[in-house]
Amino acid sequence: MEVNVTINGAARTAEVEARTLLVDFIRTNLSLTGTHIGCDTTSCGVCTVLLDGTPVKSCTMFAFQADGHEIQTVEGLKNGELHPIQAAFKEEHGLQCGFCTPGMMLVGKALLEENLNPTDDEVRWAISGNLCRCTGYMNIVKAIQTAGAELSAAESGATA
Amino acid sequence: MTTLQEPATSPEIGGIGHSVKRQEDDRFIQGGGTYVDDVVLPNMAHMAILASPFAHAEIKSIDTAAAAAVPGVIAVVTGELLAEHNLAWMPTLSGDTQAVLATDKVRFQGQEVAAVIAEDPYVARDAVLLIDVDYEPLAPITSPQQGLEPDAPIIRTDKEDQTDNVVYDWEAGDEAATDAAFAQAVNVVELETFYPRSHPAPLETCAVVADLNPITGKATIYLTSQAPHAHRTLFALVAGLPEQNIRIISPDIGGGFGNKVPIYPGYVVATAASLLLGRPVKWVQTRTENLLTTGFARDYHMKGALALDADGRITAMRAEILSDQGAFFADAQPSKFKAGLVHICTGSYDMGAAHVKARGVYTNKAPGGVAYRCSFRVTEASYLIERLADNAAHQIGMDPAAFRMLNFIKPEQFPYESATGFVYDSGDYHTALQKVLDEVDYENLRKEQEDARAEGRYLGIGIASFTEVVGAGPSRDYDIIGLKMFDSAELRIHPTGKAILKLGVKTQGQGHETTFAQIVAEELGIPSTDIAVQEGDTDNTPYGLGTYASRSTPVGGAATAIIARKLRDKARLIAAHLLEANPDDLEWEPGRFFVKGSPDQGSTIQEIAFAAYTNHPEGMEAGLEGVHYYDPPNMTFPFGSYLVVVEVDPETGTWKVDRMVALDDCGVRINPMIVEGQIHGGLTEGFAKSNMQWLTFDEDGNCIGSNFMDYLVPTAYETPKFELLETVTPSPHHPIGAKGVGESPTVGSPAAYVNAVIDALRPFGVTTLDMPILPDRVWAAVKAAD
Amino acid sequence: MYPAAFEVTKARTLDEALAKLADLGDDGRVLAGGQSLIPMMKLRVAAPTHLVDINEIPDLDGIKQVNGHMSVGALARHADVVRADVANHTVAAAAPWVADPVVRNRGTMCGSIAHCDPEGDWNSVMLAVRAQVVATSSSGERVIPIDEFVKDFFTNSLQEGEMVTEVRVPNYAGAGGGDYLKLERKIGDYATVAVAIHLDLAGDGTIAQAGVALTAVNHVNTRASDAEAILVGNAPSEELFAAAADAAAAAADPVSDIRGPAEYKRDVVRVFTRRGLASALAKAQD
Ligand SMILES: Cc1cc2nc3c(=O)[nH]c(=O)nc-3n(C[C@H](O)[C@H](O)[C@H](O)COP(=O)(O)OP(=O)(O)OC[C@H]3O[C@@H](n4cnc5c(N)ncnc54)[C@H](O)[C@@H]3O)c2cc1C
Ligand code: FES
Ligand code: FES
Repeated sequence: MEVNVTINGAARTAEVEARTLLVDFIRTNLSLTGTHIGCDTTSCGVCTVLLDGTPVKSCTMFAFQADGHEIQTVEGLKNGELHPIQAAFKEEHGLQCGFCTPGMMLVGKALLEENLNPTDDEVRWAISGNLCRCTGYMNIVKAIQTAGAELSAAESGATA
Repeated sequence: MTTLQEPATSPEIGGIGHSVKRQEDDRFIQGGGTYVDDVVLPNMAHMAILASPFAHAEIKSIDTAAAAAVPGVIAVVTGELLAEHNLAWMPTLSGDTQAVLATDKVRFQGQEVAAVIAEDPYVARDAVLLIDVDYEPLAPITSPQQGLEPDAPIIRTDKEDQTDNVVYDWEAGDEAATDAAFAQAVNVVELETFYPRSHPAPLETCAVVADLNPITGKATIYLTSQAPHAHRTLFALVAGLPEQNIRIISPDIGGGFGNKVPIYPGYVVATAASLLLGRPVKWVQTRTENLLTTGFARDYHMKGALALDADGRITAMRAEILSDQGAFFADAQPSKFKAGLVHICTGSYDMGAAHVKARGVYTNKAPGGVAYRCSFRVTEASYLIERLADNAAHQIGMDPAAFRMLNFIKPEQFPYESATGFVYDSGDYHTALQKVLDEVDYENLRKEQEDARAEGRYLGIGIASFTEVVGAGPSRDYDIIGLKMFDSAELRIHPTGKAILKLGVKTQGQGHETTFAQIVAEELGIPSTDIAVQEGDTDNTPYGLGTYASRSTPVGGAATAIIARKLRDKARLIAAHLLEANPDDLEWEPGRFFVKGSPDQGSTIQEIAFAAYTNHPEGMEAGLEGVHYYDPPNMTFPFGSYLVVVEVDPETGTWKVDRMVALDDCGVRINPMIVEGQIHGGLTEGFAKSNMQWLTFDEDGNCIGSNFMDYLVPTAYETPKFELLETVTPSPHHPIGAKGVGESPTVGSPAAYVNAVIDALRPFGVTTLDMPILPDRVWAAVKAAD
Repeated sequence: MYPAAFEVTKARTLDEALAKLADLGDDGRVLAGGQSLIPMMKLRVAAPTHLVDINEIPDLDGIKQVNGHMSVGALARHADVVRADVANHTVAAAAPWVADPVVRNRGTMCGSIAHCDPEGDWNSVMLAVRAQVVATSSSGERVIPIDEFVKDFFTNSLQEGEMVTEVRVPNYAGAGGGDYLKLERKIGDYATVAVAIHLDLAGDGTIAQAGVALTAVNHVNTRASDAEAILVGNAPSEELFAAAADAAAAAADPVSDIRGPAEYKRDVVRVFTRRGLASALAKAQD
């Protein structure tokens, strides 16, 4: 069946089987390999993408379900310059092997859209559907908070 | 001496001691990393593997007809087919053999039985499920104790001289001296404990893309490998391919932690399939395959004892270990040491004698025994001594901190030769523990604990003061299947003063592209951001043994510093030529030689580099490049003290960490930011193992923990918040004084968490609990006290 | 892992979905959030031949107050419930502990109820609060009390061609309180044991209605009727709660497994019931 999506702002189409998982559609059909696969049980979150702005595990959706919807992956974060969440992950050493990072950044971005100033516990709660084996989460939390501060500074700068 | 370091270079140069932001991050934060699963080659086929549902069974027959008939299936591979090419078995890293695809019988649940190669991974999975295997189940052996029973079935019927299930017997230390000390002891403290099987479970599973070009004969193998050079040699030996035609490329690795050190059957099958089919073959493990079949760690049943004198001083230690090896002996460790470096178990304590006995046993479980964020069984050793230390203190009515202070090796005793023969390079254990005690206001904390108990709240305080041994190794003692454990660095300084550094080790997230560049920056004054670091491609990097057991910085880092120094020596000659001065009259400051006494007369390293290719002195070889193979004179011995505060709910058995204060001394810190990141990760692993993370088996040998719903990896929500402290005691024999850090916290912290929970439960008379400390275990321990 | 092949109907309207379900009979399977069904298909524990995807149907995602109850539509995700201003304390307490934050963005309350996984959280909540399930087919609507809806291990009482379109949570008649206590090993884990508590107080402070229901300790989510009977009509007290807690524990018949022995789980039911009643009472009296 044909699947049409808007991914990172661009319209893309591919022909897939009904059983094709969204993550395989993104990685294989659309050649966007920043979205990863880490488990068989919807547990790890390294496949997380934003579907109409909301984080979902793309290993647990079929590609056809994204038809007509908007997807954002890690490749779509940079808009001319790095998104503050990307800059903050580097600045705060929020990544080591980088495998969980795309999912973490997208979940972090969605959190900041609701709350620019989350506490340590709020961040931990929000990222608890995503595993990281390297960082012990300390610096991921910091990175998301730093990005929030950056975004709110930009926002108050814009309104001032 | 412990001092905190001041960087010698400017932030622009970014040498040792600067928290330089990581170079590799730019690609990862943009989705530009290339992991093996991201490699797509033209005409690439996909492989799926059929796993054994039984832990122990004879294979009567395998019918592949239905699978082969599925449209899109290219080939079905069985052990029988591999046997025709002499590939049904392969050597392990411990010199044993392991079945690639089972032919005679299956020996653990999940063992590889057959494989399907198809045009599409979905089709490969469809077809694999249609392979019909007729098994005759056999009685499984699910523990080493069971494996040693006189009538136990023999697992390794394939090995002619194997008449029982014993893999090895090994010992270290002085038995007679130890016995004598125990005979004199005023108190003897005993502990029996089980360090359960664990799995590194990096988020990226293992994967391969094997591309054997049928025309050129060149084998290009993209592999999740922590040791690409060693793997190339193994592929040459196993597959009989000429080594010059094998190129292993280990691209970005999504975490390794020891899991990506061994060679796995899937790699061999994919390579063989590519050879037979003449097309690239990709195999990416499922999570279940990763957890079920690849390198586990630990699984040590340990008995330990300490002999104490009247003052509470430790005079001797005894340890007896029964190791569950699984069906094939595949420990990734130095060949001389069958039980790894478990004889480091005297830990941070000064004692006259020690004796360690270890026995490995085959069982019907997956092979492995990898150094999971650990330097070859040091984790088990450290756990044993730190649990014993706590119990000893309680047994003689001494505070556990005071007991440690009394027994620590003293700063002036270094270099210290341990009772089992290690020579500790440097340490200051008293200062480390004292700093931690001060940080938490230990005395007050003990009071708080008492007050809480009066209110019916159960706080516990746990300490662990570990000593690690990392950086294998001096090659006279350390080799893996004969390959000596040196490592290498090749440095090429380009005419414009930029450089590329090529290493034999392989990062899996530790930040080598940044830290190794910083070592060069330190030695040559070239800004670290001007240095590219290349690893993982065997055609383009010098030979090395790879990254595990915290050996990259101690060994690869030393090789880097030394080659940089050699090039600096050459640079001095070139500078002398440029400045028309005597080389001995030149002085070095970061990035520049100048004439003694006239600091404005000098040549920068960039000018020198340019001259090396455009204007080098007559009689000198052109260029500014070189390679060094470093063979360390000794291991390095990082150490630290950790303190954990927990609160236990005795009614439900759950517990949470209130505080985790960790002091690490890993010698000189090349990049403090990265060091702290490594410590966070390691402390999380320690917590995970103490709280939830283990691989266990039912009595039929079924693995419980074969996916992430059952093999529990903590999320940010459960993971404690860490408070880090440091001291810096450089390694005296390492060129830059660094010791290695990635693993210390995994080695040191489990005992701290466990000691804390036991401490909380002392009012109930609890003296021991095994990991993971699951709520029902706490509940049962409390109930038993009622 | 990859699911087996299947066919799919992407329904654009409820009528289209119902017509297709009627047409397919036994072969049709509703795809809601997919957070149970797709993992099962990937592990090939489930291999439905035809999926009817309801995600594009408009107006099924409501969470609203109507006629004395809260109505939750078939496409209301767990996350919608977490965010909604839910008056029922038991529902509000349970929502954040279902699965993990990302799974909650897809998984639905109605799907979870239909799934009847004894380790699932929502059916215990629904038993405690005495919810009603609305089953719709092309020939009309049935309102099914939750006790009848939850039939057995992974078995609901829907008939061929029916789907759940709504679940109804009654409002408190008097001062109400509730809680959901869940023992999980980590975020994303199913319950080792969980207890749903519901209290509705009469004007005189006695307990007019009580709900106690248990997760993961029987082959199906279970109402602890004896515990409820002990509570109803009586004035709350520590002794009363302790007696109800003992009765709740007696209603649990857990299996011993990796999460702990049966005695342990039963004891946690007791502890959670006692604690949950106390906190539900505090909320009711607040
Ligand atoms: C990692 C993970 C952790 C989880 N942890 C928990 C947990 O702790 N507690 C918990 O309760 N759940 C948990 N879940 C399950 C989750 O809550 C699911 O969302 C829920 O069980 C099913 O809802 P769904 O909308 O996803 O249904 P689906 O997966 O789409 O469907 C499940 C079943 O119900 C049927 N169905 C769905 N909707 C309807 C309908 N409207 N009418 C008729 N039949 C229908 C489907 O045909 C299917 O048989 C977890 C899931 C994951 C992946
Ligand atoms: S791949 Fe693990 S949750 Fe999607
Ligand atoms: S950085 Fe490696 S898994 Fe998170």
